[in-house]
Amino acid sequence: MAPHGAPRLSGSDLTLSYEQRTIAEGLTVAVPDQSFTVVVGPNACGKSTLLRALSRTLKPAAGTVLLDGQDIASLPAKQVARTLGLLPQSSIAPDGITVAELVARGRYPHQKLLRQWSPEDERVVTGSMEATGVGQLADRMVDELSGGQRQRVWIAMALAQETPLLLLDEPTTYLDIAHQLEILDLCARLHEEQGRTLVAVLHDLNQAARYATHLIAMRDGRVVAEGAPGDVVTAELVEEVFRLPCRVIDDPETGTPLVVPAARRRVTAGGKA
Amino acid sequence: MSVIRFAGGRSVRFRPRALAAGTGCAVLALVLAVFALGSGDYPIGPADVVRSLVGDGDPAHDFIVNELRLPRVVTALLVGAALALAGALFQSLVRNPLGSPDVLGFTQGAAVGALAVVVAGGSSLALATGAVAGGLATGAVIYLLAWRQGVHGQRLVLIGIGMAAILTGVNGYLLTRGQLMDAARAVLWLTGSLDGRGWKDVLPLLVVMAVLVPVVLLGCSRPLRMMEMGDDAAGGLGIPVERLRLVLLAAAVLLASFAAAAAGPVNFVALTAPQLAKRLTKSPGPNLLASMATGAALLVGADLIGQQAFSGHQLPVGVVTGVLGGGYLVWLLAAERRAGRI
Repeated sequence: MAPHGAPRLSGSDLTLSYEQRTIAEGLTVAVPDQSFTVVVGPNACGKSTLLRALSRTLKPAAGTVLLDGQDIASLPAKQVARTLGLLPQSSIAPDGITVAELVARGRYPHQKLLRQWSPEDERVVTGSMEATGVGQLADRMVDELSGGQRQRVWIAMALAQETPLLLLDEPTTYLDIAHQLEILDLCARLHEEQGRTLVAVLHDLNQAARYATHLIAMRDGRVVAEGAPGDVVTAELVEEVFRLPCRVIDDPETGTPLVVPAARRRVTAGGKA
Repeated sequence: MSVIRFAGGRSVRFRPRALAAGTGCAVLALVLAVFALGSGDYPIGPADVVRSLVGDGDPAHDFIVNELRLPRVVTALLVGAALALAGALFQSLVRNPLGSPDVLGFTQGAAVGALAVVVAGGSSLALATGAVAGGLATGAVIYLLAWRQGVHGQRLVLIGIGMAAILTGVNGYLLTRGQLMDAARAVLWLTGSLDGRGWKDVLPLLVVMAVLVPVVLLGCSRPLRMMEMGDDAAGGLGIPVERLRLVLLAAAVLLASFAAAAAGPVNFVALTAPQLAKRLTKSPGPNLLASMATGAALLVGADLIGQQAFSGHQLPVGVVTGVLGGGYLVWLLAAERRAGRI
């Protein structure tokens, strides 16, 4: 078990690189337990790379990722998969697979050669499809679904894995704004009602500020700031991280910080410059 | 999906349609095998063939069925199954229906090994050894060239196709270096033929399959199904992606090489059988068992056609699979085009 007080998932002094290209050096992060942690930053700042390292999809060139106090690289893959789930940026739905079959694949880490389908598997898969609102689609083919439905199916698969920790790499990409919020509401429910620790990479700073309990802002492979969104999101920080002059006001709906980019040219309400 | 539960909380889950299709193909392969055993210059009825097989037949029939014809038919069944399994593994690993050992250069590599032996005037045992060595060496070279923090499907396909082109050139050169007699023997081998196969030709393949088939089917088919969703998704589910890929590529190369050693590089079976099986089972996933049954039926059937199509003149089985496979490929491309996928 983890030493008292230490978070279940953390990375220390990580050097992350693809072949010769180094993305981050000396990167140290800790994911607070039971948090909804959101990682934000400009394109190519290393946020997805960090998520891949935390999920052991990418092996760090130096440094270690600790899961429950142990080096994640030294743990058996299947054991890790019962503790830590990952929703990758892009996955491929096999030809001719139904929604229920795809979600059932999330049970893989809990199954064995001669224990391929327990009543528990059945219960969890049904529950995951209901939680994500794809229950009625169970017998539909995945490739017939819309983008929003498909993303919910993938999330259902990650849920069926029943891991206390769940990492989501840009879960809202390619979705329209209504579907983006639907997915984020779902994530917030998983966090609040089921007590799961969530880590998500998001592009939209305002959505991040609204949903995160813990925000990590990155630039050039470094953590620039982290903490509660209300403390972290300031005009200075947004300028430093995104090189974007802006004002930060209170979100009239939630009171969380709302980033309003500075106008680069005058636009009157009539629309003419 | 159906589930069978056993005592002690054990359970097996399967698609009834996939099971039925796989069983159907296996039965078809065996029926075709019985017909193949009965056909030839001295035709024997199916009932008499079965009686001879179970050791209850007329001694003359026993000799023809068990001694003369059985080795060839068993070779066809095993080579068909081995090629189909290799093809299903490759297609699944590179996530591409064109990924098969004859497209990716492994078969050509086996041919280089075999031709080198022929040019040097080696025996048929040396030829088989050369084929295996050539296939394995090509597999290792392609894997190393494609390796960059892991091996990705697309890169493997491109390097494999390039390798196939180079090795085809090498094979052409080797043919020009051989004696006329050797070159004629080499060309027959290159076409893929089951003519005059005896137990000693099939034994190495049988041993390799006895080891690899259980390992692949029982140990790797479920993780392989997860890998079709992409490396990251599979890794997230606890699949040791890179290690599994190396093991399965090695198994597929071994199967393809030993099959080539037994019957020559029979064309198109590895490419076609897994795709046919996929359409018969209508199931996602690599369909390994159904592919093997389809491949066995395909090769025995093709050999039967080759022997029967033109009276008094046998076609090498590779010619028949080439014609069937080529036709299938055209149909596949046309169907994919109609579906708007290419």
